[in-house]
Amino acid sequence: MWAKLIRGLPATVLCALAALGVGGLAGCGTSDRADLVIHNGPEPETLDPQTLTGQADGRIGGALFEGLTRFNPTNGEVQPGLAEAWTISPDGRRYAFQLRTNAAWSTGEPIVAEDFVWSWRRAANPRTAADYAAQFFYVAHGEAIVTGQEKDLSRLGVRAVGAHRLEVELAQPTPFFLDLAASRIFAVVPRRTIEVWGDNWIRARPLPTSGAYELIDWRVNDRVRLRRNPFYWDAAGVGADRIDVLSGDNAVTALNLFLRGEVDVIADKKMIPTELGPELARRPEFPTYSYLASYFLRMNCTRKPFDDVRVRRALAHVVDRRRITERITRLGERPNAALTPAGTAGYEPPAGREYDPEAARRWLADAGYPGGKGFPTVEYTYDVGARMQEQIGVEFQSQCREQLGIRVELRPLEWKAYLVDMSRLNYDIIRSAWIGDYNDPNTFLDLFLSESGNNRTGWRSGAYDGLIGRANATLDRAERFRLLREAESLLVMEEVPVVPIYTFVGQFGFDPKRVSGIWANLVDEHPFWAIRRIDTGGRR
Amino acid sequence: MKSVIQRVLVMPVLVWLVATLCFFLMRAAPGGPFDRERAPASPEVEAALRARYHLDEPLGRQYVRFLGQLVRGDLGPSLKYRNHSVNDILRQAAPVSAVLGLLAFCVALGIGIPLGVWSAMSRGGMGDWVAGLVIGVGICVPTFVLGPLLVLIFALWLEWLPVALWGSWKTAVLPSCALGLFFAARVARLMREGMLGAWNSPFVMAARARGLSEFALVTRQAFRIGVLPVVSYCGPLLADLLTGSFVIENVFQIPGTGAFFINSFFSRDYPMMIGLVILQSGLLLVLNLAVDLIHGRLDPRTRHD
Repeated sequence: MWAKLIRGLPATVLCALAALGVGGLAGCGTSDRADLVIHNGPEPETLDPQTLTGQADGRIGGALFEGLTRFNPTNGEVQPGLAEAWTISPDGRRYAFQLRTNAAWSTGEPIVAEDFVWSWRRAANPRTAADYAAQFFYVAHGEAIVTGQEKDLSRLGVRAVGAHRLEVELAQPTPFFLDLAASRIFAVVPRRTIEVWGDNWIRARPLPTSGAYELIDWRVNDRVRLRRNPFYWDAAGVGADRIDVLSGDNAVTALNLFLRGEVDVIADKKMIPTELGPELARRPEFPTYSYLASYFLRMNCTRKPFDDVRVRRALAHVVDRRRITERITRLGERPNAALTPAGTAGYEPPAGREYDPEAARRWLADAGYPGGKGFPTVEYTYDVGARMQEQIGVEFQSQCREQLGIRVELRPLEWKAYLVDMSRLNYDIIRSAWIGDYNDPNTFLDLFLSESGNNRTGWRSGAYDGLIGRANATLDRAERFRLLREAESLLVMEEVPVVPIYTFVGQFGFDPKRVSGIWANLVDEHPFWAIRRIDTGGRR
Repeated sequence: MKSVIQRVLVMPVLVWLVATLCFFLMRAAPGGPFDRERAPASPEVEAALRARYHLDEPLGRQYVRFLGQLVRGDLGPSLKYRNHSVNDILRQAAPVSAVLGLLAFCVALGIGIPLGVWSAMSRGGMGDWVAGLVIGVGICVPTFVLGPLLVLIFALWLEWLPVALWGSWKTAVLPSCALGLFFAARVARLMREGMLGAWNSPFVMAARARGLSEFALVTRQAFRIGVLPVVSYCGPLLADLLTGSFVIENVFQIPGTGAFFINSFFSRDYPMMIGLVILQSGLLLVLNLAVDLIHGRLDPRTRHD
């Protein structure tokens, strides 16, 4: 018996396994194609709009949950969302929002002002552990609540007056508050579901959503399936009935899927292979656009020799931005010696320290290191992963050697180790980036306030803090921008704890003959509701 | 039988040891799951996050909590994918990897075994040379080259098969071939060596002297002994294949467990990493035991009792 079995074993086992495998396939995956397939890059970490942080998460979170305002996809400006109108008090500190009477959850129940009050209190509550809770610092008593000094959540400056009127009191006039109100953390979330399901509320079915779409299915590392929310106030303006939002980490695969027509839109720039990006950018299917994000270097002002402003100025002058954007990044990035990208809310950033080796040598000699003599070897820290980070480091290293005669060693670190060293000031020079949260220079400039957790340079300036504080307290736009420009000038011209390099460029993948509803805008907001397939009478 | 029971009893202890090692090694790595480019809104927010996942507790208490959960079969919440528990992720991803692994296993054995036998039987001849070349190329070409190459030919040029994704038999062809072919070359080499060893052994000579045909010699006598190295290899191979391949799942955008092996370490998702290590080590132990049992049945010399 055994001998027979054993003799036939290999073939039998193989057949059984193959049958099992093929049979198992039937239970895995989705085969019917949605109306629109979007490649969204990495798997979302969460879809809770109040705790999400990643761009990929934000794109889906924004499709599911909406706030008082939303972004106009054509130009990135705010437009009415769940609030149809609002008034602002003359001192700029009180907003009264009129909610739409037809605002409803995807389950049909009405969305009322009290839902917003509850949602905002939840987001500001430190126990919710929302990384973006600092956005509530602008709301009256928000900072005290987020920092745990005020335990009474009802003190937050938001209250419902009846079912459709929401009054908001701000800590100070905040000209970009309507932009903030469109961000994910200010979205309205379903109270009853969250109270029943707790932290797992996003997995409730049906999940009441307030945005243009409702969540049908979420298969980890595969796809999120969305369906048009029939109760969305602008349901008629929603482009696609069903959207499959694919997750994946391989850019070549994403491009192949797009080229074969299995994906309609590549929404994440990282899903277009970096080496091919500049070449593809010449085709109409892969347009590029600038958005509010800056690439810069931080210098550790608590360490020698960077505690000397002359050394920092010298190093700022050897960064050849044009060479970096033309030879390394090559996607049309705009060299920028200021931190704030040009075009931010009509603000004109100051001139920074441009590439000027002669000035660099002068500053270095002034600091006591003529021709680089006596200058210690310093380290340039960057995260491994994208080859571009290393190339920019090598470029900086060679400029320092050739122009200043100083030695820079490259120090590649794994992502988490890189973050830890940056926050603990365990570096000399470190590559950095920042994506703006709203269309205002403050989103870049408040990073370097003395008490900001995002400062991470060890640089503290009372003058800078004062200028930013005064700017944000004034109602006069021109005066505000003048003060902000003065502060930024202090940052990038005088004190130079940071060396800005360029403004980021985004890139899409979509065929304009087959898909519409995607426009370049500075805030990098391309809501799913606006995207639609153009009927070409059959797929290609 | 006694030794089998002993090994079964030792298995949980080994898994516990491996999980414990992983628990402490992961925490020794620099950085934590909640370190991000953006600083937390306030120290209170950061503290709340750490408290939610009990990361604020002393390491010893965290470990005891972890063991308590493990006994209940609960691997804990994922620290990166916060809307999912590790059990939930594994429930979704493990069957996908297992299906892909089974198909690749069939490809590896289905091609590797006949190729190895053919190579051994035509030793020194043209067949051996051709098989050797195929095996050599198979061993040298890694999956991250083979996978995209197959995509280029069969999906982009010929357009016979999909470039990626998962869900129908068509989507399974390229990834299971890419993964299976890589291991088929190793199986073929083992099979060839095994067959050559068996072919020259006295019992095959005795069988030949009794007048058995060459075909019967190969299939009934030599194969039974020649396949033993392959059987030994099957345990770790199957454990490896069933728990997912990072490269192949990445190249073909397959929602299996492969990606989590790498990502969970880089994102310091402690529970996810430990869950995967437990899955892989448990499977390895079970499959090694199965292999040893089959070994014993095939080759009386290796029976323990």
